[in-house]
Amino acid sequence: MTETLTRRPVDSAPPPRQPTKKRRRAVAEEPGKPWMIHVPLFLYLLFTLIPFYWMLVFAVRPAGSTQLVPWPISFEHFDTVWNDIGFGIFFYNSVVMGLGVLVFVTILSVMGGYALARFKFRGQRVFLLAMLCSQFIPGAMMLIPLFVIFKGLGLLNSITGLVIAEVAFQLPLSLILMSGFIRNISVELEEAAMVDGCSRLRAFFAVVLPQLKPALVAVGSFAFIGAWNQFLFALMFATRQDKFTLPVGLSYTLGEFNTDFGALAAGGVVAAVPVVLVFAVVQRFLVQGLSAGAVKG
Amino acid sequence: MRTRTWAPYALIAPTLVLMAIFLVYPIGSVVYYSLQRYNVTQPWKNGFAGLDNFKQMLFDDPLFWQSLAFSAKWVVVEVGLQLLLGLILALIVNETFIGRGMARALVFSPWAVSGVLTTGIWILLLNPSTGIFQELSNLGIGSPGTSVLGNPDTVFDALVVTELWRGVPFFAILLLADLQSIPKDLYEAASVDGASRWRRFTSVTLPHLKDAIILSTLLRAVWEFNNVDLIYTLTGGGPANQTTTLPLYVARQAVDSHNFGYGSALTVAGFLILLFFSIAYLRLSKFGSRA
Repeated sequence: MTETLTRRPVDSAPPPRQPTKKRRRAVAEEPGKPWMIHVPLFLYLLFTLIPFYWMLVFAVRPAGSTQLVPWPISFEHFDTVWNDIGFGIFFYNSVVMGLGVLVFVTILSVMGGYALARFKFRGQRVFLLAMLCSQFIPGAMMLIPLFVIFKGLGLLNSITGLVIAEVAFQLPLSLILMSGFIRNISVELEEAAMVDGCSRLRAFFAVVLPQLKPALVAVGSFAFIGAWNQFLFALMFATRQDKFTLPVGLSYTLGEFNTDFGALAAGGVVAAVPVVLVFAVVQRFLVQGLSAGAVKG
Repeated sequence: MRTRTWAPYALIAPTLVLMAIFLVYPIGSVVYYSLQRYNVTQPWKNGFAGLDNFKQMLFDDPLFWQSLAFSAKWVVVEVGLQLLLGLILALIVNETFIGRGMARALVFSPWAVSGVLTTGIWILLLNPSTGIFQELSNLGIGSPGTSVLGNPDTVFDALVVTELWRGVPFFAILLLADLQSIPKDLYEAASVDGASRWRRFTSVTLPHLKDAIILSTLLRAVWEFNNVDLIYTLTGGGPANQTTTLPLYVARQAVDSHNFGYGSALTVAGFLILLFFSIAYLRLSKFGSRA
């Protein structure tokens, strides 16, 4: 599976046994009527895209304008949020946090995932069970003790503190996913390398790691997206404005009646563009990775 | 392969340390705080409270029961609709059609958007003066100046639709992944036997998806129960606490009132309720026993 993941071109070609639609129709499998796909898909696309479009329109039309197709485009709201409200700083903080979480979650989940996939050790079941159970622990409900811990460790108002907490919360699921990916890589090549005199570490870097690239992309990007979107911890543990991340900054521009919609929309675009782009690139890996059996561990 | 036994322990050691500090210890301290009077704004009153917090919660706090009831309604409606729409969406984008890759990327994209940003987007869309209802009324559809978020009759529907926008892709992604792992020959065999499209869906697709559906609804129910970002920023639990969930109530006890003792007692209650329902759900649905 991993082999096909790395080699497959961007859009997977239809299976060779159905070269054209006509031929496909001739086979016993009758296709659904086209409207059964296209009508609901079109409606759902409207539901998905109109909200995005609304934000974009508010972001690029001048204050006071009500055009639905704004022209000429104005960047005044971006100037306001980036320079006056401080989204430049929030953006920087979010990038630092996102990359920090990405690096640590990826490295630690490869280490732990390898241990789960390639060794049998005492306490393995307990470890796995503890990680599954941790998925039931609500982040919101951990706010109080975490606040006390953070205060004690001097981690309030620090991006480092946010990274550590977010890594701790994301790690269990990433680690389980990663162990599934590693289990799917055949162990024979690795054993052969070790018989030939490789150390386990060298065998890992030479044999396992290259095949793990799609998994690293998937786990790493989802760690980044999760960290980028983290709100409650960031809200609770950062009280100084120069330590705000994008979601926290954005939450201060919200309000249904008394708000600068242009600024809210421009801030939203700043927060949305990086994650939506990352997601658009990796969503294919997610579906393929999950269907490769990782989710069943 | 099983020689140096210290290796796996060294590999999981950093994870264990993190989990001990940020998961195990906090759970222990929540239980401890729940038995204490612990209010940051009134430190002179702090001390051992026994079960007072729980007594207050069960017998003297209508908002606890109200928030719990709303949480239940929220989870059932939200997860049910997300599953239904997510399944339909997964079936649609699993078909072969031109532009499928693009369609998948687009319909899945709200999954990557945070709760706060979702709130921002939908506040823009639903605002009474320049929102979608105003634009529609300009076209002669509906009445102008409708404030769906400020109106107690419509606020729940607005909240549900907003969360569906970013929640449906989660189910669609998971179920699509599982749909792709169904062997093709199963369908071919069913076709040869003369099974209709609907029959193939009920006797091949659904049984295969069973475990994925159980697992994803459970994960999602826990997640929606604990979902604070969206409701906190979109309605703040209002109007008049009408949309306050239990975790939102906890968050407000912690962030606004700094009443850590009582907030912790609410947390313990929420955790026990979740645990109970999760176990019951897995038992009743016979997870892992594929038909």
